[in-house]
Amino acid sequence: MGKFVMPNLQKEKIVGYLKEGKRLDGRTPLDYRDIVVEENISPSASSSVRVKFGKTEVLAGVHLALATPYPDSPDAGTFMTSAELHPMASQQFDIGRPGINAIELSRVIDRGIRESGFIDFKKLCIKEGERVWQVFVDIFAVNDDGNLLDVAGLAALIALGKARMPVYNKKDDAVEHDFEKKGLPLDKKAMSFNITLHKVGDSIVTDVSKEEEEVSDYRVSIAVADNDGKARITAMQKGKPGAISSEDMESILKIVEDKWTELFPKVKEYVFG
Amino acid sequence: MAGSLYKKRFDGRTVNEVRPMKASVGVVPSADGSATFETGGTKAMAVVRGPRTLHPQHMQNARTGILRVSYGMMPFSVWDRIRPGPSRRSEEISKVCEWALDAVIDLSGFPNTVVDVFIQIPKADAGTRVAGLNAAALALAHAGIPMKEMLSAIAVGKADKTLLVDVDKAEEDFHDGEGATDVPLAFTSRKKDISLLQLDGKISPSELSEAIEMGRKACEDVLKVQMDALKGATGEKNG
Repeated sequence: MGKFVMPNLQKEKIVGYLKEGKRLDGRTPLDYRDIVVEENISPSASSSVRVKFGKTEVLAGVHLALATPYPDSPDAGTFMTSAELHPMASQQFDIGRPGINAIELSRVIDRGIRESGFIDFKKLCIKEGERVWQVFVDIFAVNDDGNLLDVAGLAALIALGKARMPVYNKKDDAVEHDFEKKGLPLDKKAMSFNITLHKVGDSIVTDVSKEEEEVSDYRVSIAVADNDGKARITAMQKGKPGAISSEDMESILKIVEDKWTELFPKVKEYVFG
Repeated sequence: MAGSLYKKRFDGRTVNEVRPMKASVGVVPSADGSATFETGGTKAMAVVRGPRTLHPQHMQNARTGILRVSYGMMPFSVWDRIRPGPSRRSEEISKVCEWALDAVIDLSGFPNTVVDVFIQIPKADAGTRVAGLNAAALALAHAGIPMKEMLSAIAVGKADKTLLVDVDKAEEDFHDGEGATDVPLAFTSRKKDISLLQLDGKISPSELSEAIEMGRKACEDVLKVQMDALKGATGEKNG
């Protein structure tokens, strides 16, 4: 549908400001916008959450269902992340089948969670080879003002952190219309969260606005977990056509470590607090 | 309620009493118009984008802009996960909502354009299409789309022989006696014409007349909440 139109003048302004270490909205290049989290927006879901970074808003929820395990892992629960980049959120999004952006976003988030070992899939096995829990994380973009990936990633984590297990009726092999007190089997120590950096002009920027996102050369999304107080990378993805110079790669890794150290306690509080 | 198996409403409301309602506009900053409308445990969001040039071109109407409505429930809005994307149910509801809203707007000043209305339900406890219409009418007004009248909607129901306004899920699932009947209705604000009318269940013509009158009255409460929201303050109506 409509493309996001960005005048060249605006791009020059954004890049020029960044040269002086400034951004149009008053932040410094590595500042995040204010984060707002609201839990339990839909009481009938296993969990649900609204997360805002500034004006970018995402809703997410977790659902658990009974499933047959995959033949190659008969004793493990299954996991699926899906994202809707709904035209509600931006004039760039279309209705219908998920486009490449929605697919990429959900896959990057899915990998970050899956590969970190955050969810203990073995504990989601009810009967080996026959019955396991399937975990769905559903993400819905409400307003896109940049950095949807990190906002959606945090929303997915919080939803998983707050999810309640449905009551399983062994006799009927069915789910009761009720929740247990206990949550998902999570390895809290393994939690990773996503930090996305963009190269805008000569600068590396975190938590981009829509306009910055539009003019950036490339982005790198890095899922980072805790390894005894140090950062440990669990998933990565470079996006957009630009290429990363080796000096930039060094600074990106340095920034990610610093950003992770700064954000980790906050994220832990959102997810488990 | 005499002679009916449904004597007292589960949540203690009187038969003419709507659930607590709440509305606000301007909830999605990137949109041309947006609103939320809540009644009890049901919440609807609506976003308006347009008027904008309609593609593909062959769908354009040189005499007027056209309205396009899309309704959907978010995956986590109810106990059973809703698969993302359109379904037969959501497609039909989108269309009846489009017809309901078409009755009150005037897009003749915007030939060849489309006005998109996106209705989404983040949480549901029955009455999602009428809550969606209330939010959509608000979002259209918020977007400054020319409107002949405002639109307010309500679901009137019947549990066994008892007529009720603004039914919730528990009432919608009432199985005793004649069971549950559901009549979603939308009324234009001035002429009080009916622009949404659906029904499923069992009801006599005279009961239906009465149900429609109850709906018309209840929509006065809805309209007040909508107008308050448009005037800037968050519109609220408690029971």
